[in-house]
Amino acid sequence: MSDTADRVQKIVVEHLGVESDKVTQDASFIDDLGADSLDIVELVMAFEEEFGVEIPDDAAEKISTVGDATRYIEEHKG
Amino acid sequence: MRRVVVTGLGLVTPLGADVETAWSNLLAGKSGAGQITRFDTEGQKCKIACEVKPKDHEYGFDPDKRVDHKVQRQVDPFIVYGIDAAGQALEDAGLDDMPEEMRMRTGASIGSGIGGLPGIESESIVLKERGASRVSPHFVHGRLINLISGQVSIKYGLMGPNHAVVTACSTGAHSIGDAARMIRDDDADIMLAGGAESTVNPLGVAGFAQARALNTSYNDRPEQASRPYDKDREGFVMGEGAGVVVLEEYEHAKARGAKIYAEVVGYGLSGDAYHVTAPHPEGKGAELAMRMALKKAGMEPGDIDYINAHGTSTMADTIELAAAKRVFGDDLGGASMSSTKSAIGHLLGGAGAVESIFCILALRDQIVPPTLNLDNPDEGTEGVDLVPHEAKKRQVDAVLNNSFGFGGTNASLIMKRAE
Repeated sequence: MSDTADRVQKIVVEHLGVESDKVTQDASFIDDLGADSLDIVELVMAFEEEFGVEIPDDAAEKISTVGDATRYIEEHKG
Repeated sequence: MRRVVVTGLGLVTPLGADVETAWSNLLAGKSGAGQITRFDTEGQKCKIACEVKPKDHEYGFDPDKRVDHKVQRQVDPFIVYGIDAAGQALEDAGLDDMPEEMRMRTGASIGSGIGGLPGIESESIVLKERGASRVSPHFVHGRLINLISGQVSIKYGLMGPNHAVVTACSTGAHSIGDAARMIRDDDADIMLAGGAESTVNPLGVAGFAQARALNTSYNDRPEQASRPYDKDREGFVMGEGAGVVVLEEYEHAKARGAKIYAEVVGYGLSGDAYHVTAPHPEGKGAELAMRMALKKAGMEPGDIDYINAHGTSTMADTIELAAAKRVFGDDLGGASMSSTKSAIGHLLGGAGAVESIFCILALRDQIVPPTLNLDNPDEGTEGVDLVPHEAKKRQVDAVLNNSFGFGGTNASLIMKRAE
């Protein structure tokens, strides 16, 4: 697992209180990890803090899986 | 008329995070007071409180037992305490897994006096220092007072009335009284009712200290600071926690063979119409509430065996006592009257519910809890059994709980042994 993926997984586990083995790149925040739309807002804020990236609302709306988040961060982090 | 009984109890207190632990520690004369551990008290006039103890403590609270990790992260501690106490009460009543038909007739009325002050404080700092875009999306619903009732309804599928009382330090007693009326009026068959509070945070402690409500000269002897009716009392000790009861319509409880702790028979409410923080000097509002509760219960003053006083360890104690004497007679008609705030501090919005549970346990076990630190009883206490220092075995058939709050709001509840 890449460093980014590893850190994303840790944040998701901490925020959603789920087992880390469930936080695969394919896992959907809502369907697989029990998040609601506000949890995703909070996760996006946590990713922004952790990686120093800005994730605008229109980009955040397209993030539905752990992999989506990881890819966005990989592509946009400084 | 539909009768209302108590069939389940739940407690999170500074003396224990379950009913039997808290009750046995209370009867043993233990104090829940200590130095504040939650934050650095540098610059605070008051440095002590009755905190709910951490998980690793002998009688600490383990939030993981009944509250999801995600919810814990999103909400203020008063909501976590409330959810746990509600869960305990449902489990105690054998109602934590109800069929849908029963859940549609089950509601929640669990309030708080202040609500999520710690979260309001910390998030205000985030707003100031880091800007609006860093404020948590869970900020609002993690602080709202009615979110104990909301969270409990979601967790246990309760579709009956969803309500929350906000009457400062009378909240817990009003919650139980109002919920009992909802059952009596056929809005529900079962109600979770109670209150919770957690404002042991810098702003909460500073605010009450600035209002001259907290003790400030017992910082080096926290266990002696809460001393209702004692000449040397000088302000309350802040407590935190939650108390929740299951109220149930009598025939409903009987039909399912439920364990019945007590019947709620009297409820009185009044306003002081006097001052925002000080009680009416003659205790007129308190007197009205007690008299109304007796009238509703169809009882004579002499029928009451135990009074759990509001008794906050402030100057107001003797005002309440004078009001009680006018209602019950100079010797309170032989009733014992104690303030359990001497041991667990003042749980504010949780107080009336936690203390009502202690009243119910007094009915169950035929013993009344003590008033700690009553070394030099104040003038006006002569001839009254304030149960100093040690719990006392006695006959207890009917109990009255008093709770009074800022704004001049008063509530009295009467419960008796179930027949």
